[in-house]
Amino acid sequence: MKKIKIVVIGNGMVGYKFCEKLMSKAKADQFEVVVFGEEIRPAYDRVHLSAFFDGKTAEDLSMAGVDWYLNNGIKLHLGDPVQQIDRTKKTIHSYRGITESYDYIVLATGSAAFVPSIPGVEKDGVFVYRTIEDLEMIRAYAPKARKGAVIGGGLLGLEAAKAMLDLGITDTHVIEFAPRLMPRQIDEAGSKLLQGKLEALGLTILTNTNTLEIAGDKAITKMKFANDTSIDVDMLVISAGIKPRDEVAKLCGLEVGQRGGIVVNEQMQTNDPFVFAIGECALYKGMIYGLIAPGYEMAEVVAANLTGGKKEFLGFDMSTKLKLIGVDVASFGDPFVPANEARVIVYEDTNKGIYKRVNISKDGKELLGGILIGDAEQYNMLLQTCKNKIVLPANPEDLILGSRGGESDGGAGVTGLPDDAMICSCESISKGDICQAVMDGAETVDKIKSCTKAGTGCGGCVPMVKDLMVHTMKANGKLVRNVVCEHFAYSRQELYDLTKIGKLHSYDEVLTAHGKGDGCEVCKPVVASIIASLWNDMILKKGNDTAQDSNDRYLANIQKGGTYSVVPRIPGGEITPDKLIVLGQIAKQYNLYTKITGGQRIDLFGAHVGDLPAIWKLLVDAGFESGHAYGKALRTVKSCVGSTWCRFGLHDSVSFAIEIEERYRGLRSPHKLKSAVSGCIRECAEAQSKDFGIIATEKGWNLYVCGNGGSKPQHAHLIATDLDSATLIKYLDRFLMFYIKTADPLTRTATWLNKMEGGIDYLKNVVINDSLGIADELEKEMQLLVDAYKCEWKEVVDSPELQKRFSHFVNVPTEKDPTIKFESMRDQKKVVDWK
Amino acid sequence: MSELKSTKVNWFYACEASDVPENGGVCVKHGDDQIALFNFTRRGEWYATQNMCPHRQQMAISRGMIGSQEDEPKVACPFHKKTFSLKSGACMSGDDYQLKTYPVKIEDGKIFIDVK
Ligand SMILES: Cc1cc2nc3c(=O)[nH]c(=O)nc-3n(C[C@H](O)[C@H](O)[C@H](O)COP(=O)(O)OP(=O)(O)OC[C@H]3O[C@@H](n4cnc5c(N)ncnc54)[C@H](O)[C@@H]3O)c2cc1C
Ligand code: SF4
Ligand code: SF4
Ligand code: FES
Repeated sequence: MKKIKIVVIGNGMVGYKFCEKLMSKAKADQFEVVVFGEEIRPAYDRVHLSAFFDGKTAEDLSMAGVDWYLNNGIKLHLGDPVQQIDRTKKTIHSYRGITESYDYIVLATGSAAFVPSIPGVEKDGVFVYRTIEDLEMIRAYAPKARKGAVIGGGLLGLEAAKAMLDLGITDTHVIEFAPRLMPRQIDEAGSKLLQGKLEALGLTILTNTNTLEIAGDKAITKMKFANDTSIDVDMLVISAGIKPRDEVAKLCGLEVGQRGGIVVNEQMQTNDPFVFAIGECALYKGMIYGLIAPGYEMAEVVAANLTGGKKEFLGFDMSTKLKLIGVDVASFGDPFVPANEARVIVYEDTNKGIYKRVNISKDGKELLGGILIGDAEQYNMLLQTCKNKIVLPANPEDLILGSRGGESDGGAGVTGLPDDAMICSCESISKGDICQAVMDGAETVDKIKSCTKAGTGCGGCVPMVKDLMVHTMKANGKLVRNVVCEHFAYSRQELYDLTKIGKLHSYDEVLTAHGKGDGCEVCKPVVASIIASLWNDMILKKGNDTAQDSNDRYLANIQKGGTYSVVPRIPGGEITPDKLIVLGQIAKQYNLYTKITGGQRIDLFGAHVGDLPAIWKLLVDAGFESGHAYGKALRTVKSCVGSTWCRFGLHDSVSFAIEIEERYRGLRSPHKLKSAVSGCIRECAEAQSKDFGIIATEKGWNLYVCGNGGSKPQHAHLIATDLDSATLIKYLDRFLMFYIKTADPLTRTATWLNKMEGGIDYLKNVVINDSLGIADELEKEMQLLVDAYKCEWKEVVDSPELQKRFSHFVNVPTEKDPTIKFESMRDQKKVVDWK
Repeated sequence: MSELKSTKVNWFYACEASDVPENGGVCVKHGDDQIALFNFTRRGEWYATQNMCPHRQQMAISRGMIGSQEDEPKVACPFHKKTFSLKSGACMSGDDYQLKTYPVKIEDGKIFIDVK
């Protein structure tokens, strides 16, 4: 039988999805498929394009490799756009001169960035934000740029602005023609709040601004606006909307819309029944659907109809949720229903930067739509309530405020959804599908993803998938527990208690007593850390050495290339000239790269594993101790210069920082701990971004806890004011010990608090008011650890047995790893980069 | 034809069994090659693989943590925690990597690796 031949024009996300859907149909073998793509790589995940700047490679973003097409018998021509369609002869011609006949054509040509005709758009330093090539060019140009700008304050424009910030262009303007940001998704009050948040991050936002000219010689240097103002700019990204790629369709006489887009009906047919159009190039009822979920739905419609099924595209919900520069922004249903046609409930907290609006039908029964900014946790629930027309509770404001009786409603929401509620709209997976998969044994989110595909598109539904999984398992009488890994059916807190009660001192004892199998890289360090927190034994004791994370095992951080860093403790950041000289001498002798770190100490990089004991012998002899930079332990207590030198200083922050660092040095904990002490409210030590921070007041010290810098900055909470030093240390003992005993593995104090029921009030009660009656015990346990402290490196330096492990080759202990290569940079060495 | 060649094994003396930490690994130099050798005490088994992690070409597998996943013995590279089967060398964290594996035997407390 002769096969039906389909030519797919465009290999973007939707074009690929069409191929995937067609191949999964029962009748797939009746088709011959030829794909033409203009870009040089096979389809990739454009939705997560910005992840390219977070270290994802083009390969990571790829939807399917070239092999996939090969294995499915699909002929793929990349870098070869179709230039002409001859609808009478039923052939197409490509740029490289290929002619193919067809039975059907699927146009999936997507869209291009819309570039307004402003004089100067062709200048160097002006970019669009659409393809991997665009991003590569932006990245290459960014180091030359100091002042950036983005035209367009919509969704994509703000994403581009974030990319600019990430690329180090901190002086970036967003230029919006409309009176406010994201005019199509959110209302005025929401825009205002969002603008405030973005400004706080350092973006400058110009609304009501129309660009007249992009000035500059060869490259852009200035932008001139209609209101006679101008700004200096050396790099510009234009993100002013999209333009459907309908040029090939137009050329062969297919009907296109006035403002672009290929006109289609419910079956995605153009005015030629043998030509379909799907994705961002298709114009359905006067509308371009610029999101991925409707594109996938269109692909499904065509694949189903070609294989004998019946499906229609009936428009699509344009609800979205995204994180813009760390700010949640979501809109769903109809966000703008005017006040006289609906009841509108608005909640605004300008202090925390939260704005929520829901529109409710006049009879109070139905949710019509809404907007969430700053906190979009309820998005999935609200979207489902809206789409499935679920009857609202008596107090609909609970929808955005949560029930305020103090108890959480624990996701009871998901159970209220009907089975056909669409949970993953990208892949059209219903609640019923997911529950079925769980019943069939998919009991982790990863398994559900791989067997249903739910959550593999934009990923927005993953929290809901997880809720559904937990509910289904509970409903089946299965215990869902927050367990460490397959080897231990306990949470970290339970394991901590079991290890303590059983007085277990080695990983193997714990595994034999409470676990099964042989352990793994997840539970070994967790147990090793619990043992260290409990007993403060030397961590390299036989039997526990190999359960330590590799860094703990060598008491040093492994670096690119396989060398290690050496980080001696410099309490409070105070160091004598003599000690500075010693560091310099050691670095010279062993050819180490030296750098002053963010924690006010000096790191020495590039040590061979075999040199570590000798280097540390010199350090220990000079009075240095291990800095525990390799461990999940207390790192540093930063300090400002304080009252001894600073004219504003209220107390001696340096002495107090040293006292605290020396008290808690070597303390093993679920994750690293950082701290700082400032001598007055000017806060030069940045104590409020630390796990625990201390700021001097006229009367004593203020104590802050659970702050974080790092990837998710969070301000610390003030839990006690005007304390004397002894009381402060007592509170700290309790706080730290409570954290060590109850936190999940690898959870920083900030995340621990965020997950804690009752939040900061509860924590305050435990630490200050001793509401659990355990304060005494916590203080005693901490004192035991403080007393048991020994410098790990000193012990290694004193023990030939322990030193034996520090060599690269077991059979030639004196030889160094010959594959380690260095090159030089600014008069020091660096490792040769990895590929 | 020599006897030795036809048997196609070539046992290379690596080190003493006591040189390798319990439930841990060491790196053995064989000519220009680096071999990771593991003493999986808990299972009473020995394994050897190439020392280079195929992910970022780091000489690091011997410093990885060993363990099991549904009874398959495995090692996790210390750099980015990609895991590999100690039996087959196949990557178990979803990438298309493969480690070379070597047979190991122990005689009188001495460890030999077949480097054919
Ligand atoms: C930075 C960014 C962020 C986004 N974020 C989101 C988001 O969070 N959520 C969401 O839902 N959507 C998002 N989108 C939109 C989403 O990416 C698009 O809706 C989706 O990619 C459309 O898929 P498509 O296949 O129709 O078009 P495209 O992905 O544009 O693919 C079309 C392909 O066809 C090629 N082509 C064009 N003409 C021809 C020709 N004549 N011959 C051969 N090939 C041709 C093009 O080169 C292109 O490779 C985002 C888009 C961008 C750029
Ligand atoms: S925090 Fe206060 S005391 Fe410390 S250096 Fe700054 S101004 Fe001086
Ligand atoms: S030092 Fe920290 S912030 Fe810098 S590259 Fe390494 S992990 Fe990232
Ligand atoms: S180098 Fe081994 S996992 Fe990356």
